[in-house]
Order: sequence, then C-alpha cells, then structure tokens
Amino acid sequence: MSYPVEQNEKFAKYAHPERLVSTEWLAAALEGGAPTDGKLVVVESDEDVLLYETGHIPGAVKIDWHTDLNDEVTRDYVDGAAFAALASAKGISRDSTVVIYGDKSNWWAAYALWVFTLFGHEDVRLLDGGRDKWIAEGRELTTEVPQPAPGEYPVVERNDAPIRAFKEDVLAHLGKPLIDVRSPEEYTGQRTHMPAYPEEGALRGGHIPTAASIPWARAAAEDGSYRSREELEALYLGEAGLHEGDEVVAYCRIGERSSHTWFALKYLLGFQNVRNYDGSWTEWGNAVRVPIVKGAERGSVPALVH
Amino acid sequence: MSTNTLPAALAEIVDDFQALTEPERLQLLLEFSRGLPELPERLLDHPELLEQVVECQSPLFLTIEQERKDDGGTLGYRLFFKAPPEAPTTRGFAGVLHEGLDGLTASEILSVPDDMPELLGLTRAITPLRMRGMTAMLGRIKRKVAAADRLQS
Repeated sequence: MSYPVEQNEKFAKYAHPERLVSTEWLAAALEGGAPTDGKLVVVESDEDVLLYETGHIPGAVKIDWHTDLNDEVTRDYVDGAAFAALASAKGISRDSTVVIYGDKSNWWAAYALWVFTLFGHEDVRLLDGGRDKWIAEGRELTTEVPQPAPGEYPVVERNDAPIRAFKEDVLAHLGKPLIDVRSPEEYTGQRTHMPAYPEEGALRGGHIPTAASIPWARAAAEDGSYRSREELEALYLGEAGLHEGDEVVAYCRIGERSSHTWFALKYLLGFQNVRNYDGSWTEWGNAVRVPIVKGAERGSVPALVH
Repeated sequence: MSTNTLPAALAEIVDDFQALTEPERLQLLLEFSRGLPELPERLLDHPELLEQVVECQSPLFLTIEQERKDDGGTLGYRLFFKAPPEAPTTRGFAGVLHEGLDGLTASEILSVPDDMPELLGLTRAITPLRMRGMTAMLGRIKRKVAAADRLQS
C-alpha cells in the first residue's frame, strides 16, 4: 500500500479498512498536494456518461464503465493490453493508490473497483459516500479536466477466477449461499428489469434457487456511505443467513449493483471467497434449462442440476 | 438514414452532431443539457401536470401545451421538460428535442422517425439502455401530441 491508510472509528471495525477513504481524508490529501505527485489517482466512475463533465473532484480523471471497461464486441471486460493503455492514459501506474468514487452510492464506482481487482491492482479504494456525499458536504468541484503524465502500467493478464463467477460456476455453486441484490419485484419475477428502468430483455423472471434477497442499496446509508459493520452483519449474517467462512456469489442484472455488495462482503465483512456473477439475470433469465424460482421464497436446489 | 423527413431545426441539430467526433458529440449533448429551459412558474406549482417517462434511467418529466400560432390558424405544441442536473445525458436529449421540436405543429412532430435518437451518432458512447430511454422520450411526446391532436379535430 503506497498511500497511508485512513484510521477512523467506523472503518477500524471493517475487515479491510484500507479499502475505504472518507471525504475528509481525500480533501486533506488533495490539500496536501496529491494527486499531483502521481502516487494517488482519483477516478470518477458514474452511470451517466456526462456527469463528470458537469463538475468533479479537482484532479479526478474519468473512467466510463461502458466505453472504457467493457469490451466493445464480446460481452466481457477489456484485456490486459487495453487496461494497461487505459490506466496509463489516466496517469495510473501499477503502484498508484487509486481512489474511485461515483454517483448513486458508488454503484458504478464499486463496479470499476471490481474490474481493477480483476487485473490485480493492489491499492484501489472507494471514497465512502461517493460523489453525492462530497457534494452534500459542499466540497470543491471543478470542470477542469486534468492532463496527467502517462502512468507506467504493465500488461497484466486478468485473473477472473477468484472474484468472478460464470454461469457454470454458479450451477456448480448451487447449495452454497447466493445473494440476489436486485429489487424485490425482480427477485420474485414480477418484472425482469429495474423499477423505472426499461425492459432489458430477460425471457424469464425470478431468481436463482436458494438466493437470499438483499437489495444492494440496503448496504448504503442515507448519505451514500456504507453502513456500519454491525448494520452490515445484521443484514448479511442475520437476514441473509451467511456464516463466517462461507463461499458466496452475488448477482444482479449485469453485475454492477452486485459489485457494491461484493465490496461489502469481501472488504467490509471479510468473506474471503466472494464472487460477482456478472452474467447475472440478463444471462440466467435467458439461459436454457437453468433452474429458476419464482415468488418471494428462496426455494431449494433442484436434484438434477449438473 | 437521412434527415430529410425531420423538421428543419431538428435536422440542423442532427447535422451538427454528425459533423463531430464522438467526444465532441458528448460535449455538444452536455451543452444541450445546460440549455434546457427551466419550467415556467405555472408548471412548477403543478407537478401533477407533468408526466414521468418511466423508461428513462433518470427521472424525467414532460408535458405539452397547445398554442395558437401568430397566423391565427395553426396550432403549435410547446414542450416542457424537467430532469435533475445530476442526469445530464437525459437533460441533454430533452434539450435536443426542445430546441428541435418546440412550437411545431402536430404533423411536423409526428413526422419525426421513432429511431431519430440514433441519428445523433451516440450509440457507441451511450449504453443501449439509455438510448432506449431517449427513444421513449420521443415516443411519449409523439403519443401526447397525437392524442391532443385527435381531440382537436
């Protein structure tokens, strides 16, 4: 870890406090001259492709999940060469401390952080509360787009297995805990897309058998920051019924909302083996002969799944 | 696709977008988001007169009003939009429709092809989900205008 880890009472209770920074911490770091030294790079990653341009944290660069992190042709993430080119262009080196923030309680920021983790970027952190908290606190914004000196980023092969689950992995995982982070309407199969979002073309509605329904936003407080360790434990150990040491798979619709939950389970509660199923419902709800449960009950693992 | 069935103002906007590179197109969309006029006070006090376009990813409300044109005969349609500043893409597209269609007649507005948003050349930069939101916004305007026009005749 190349940049000092923030110490505060809330973060100290989390399993990996080094994965979060507060708005106060970031403001102090910026006043202290970062990120001009290139050791700390602040990245904004939003759902809305134009939001960064309306004003962002001074010195922050933009990474767009759709145009920068997704492969243009295959439904996959960019490869090592494209990631290295992207990181370098944004002034990020392999040993940089990267702090990511974004709109909607860091929903897309967590997704970007997850993709950075696929490439094994060691020191990548979330700004707790994200863009909304920074703005709510009246902190500085600018429309000036930085022109960072290119970083030195090697071509690293993506290592998906530890944190990414594919459909076959999920089938093999059945019987172990799953967290469905979509809205209750999507979980029960009443609808196949987010409330107030357009239809996204899943042919079947419902959830993966035995998945617990914990909508992602329940892990976030009113101000967009993560809930305290106690609150998260009540949610995931209590309500979802996870136990220490469990292997967990989280999913949503395309893997973005579940990245937020993945972060909470892995870094805040310290589950070692948590994977994000990015194929999620847009794959599962269209796949042939995979088991689906409709309604509010979690359901049971079908006997004949191979 | 060509722009020859588009009303003149909208055709001009589409031409402007098409002449630009992708980053410049996004910048132009941002300018449209800044240019979207505020609601007049009579609508500010009456949110129930605005209808939400649920297909849009961000909250977008719109309504139309009929207006007798200066020539005394033809009816034009005024367009009103409300979208939060934290949804600049949605606001930008509302801005395009406002500048391109505000005050036009029903037949002019209804002649706009449903896939007009694709003419802006943003389909790579903007997710399919958001493009569909834009198409839905145009569709909603056309449905409202068609309904008001039927009542008129």
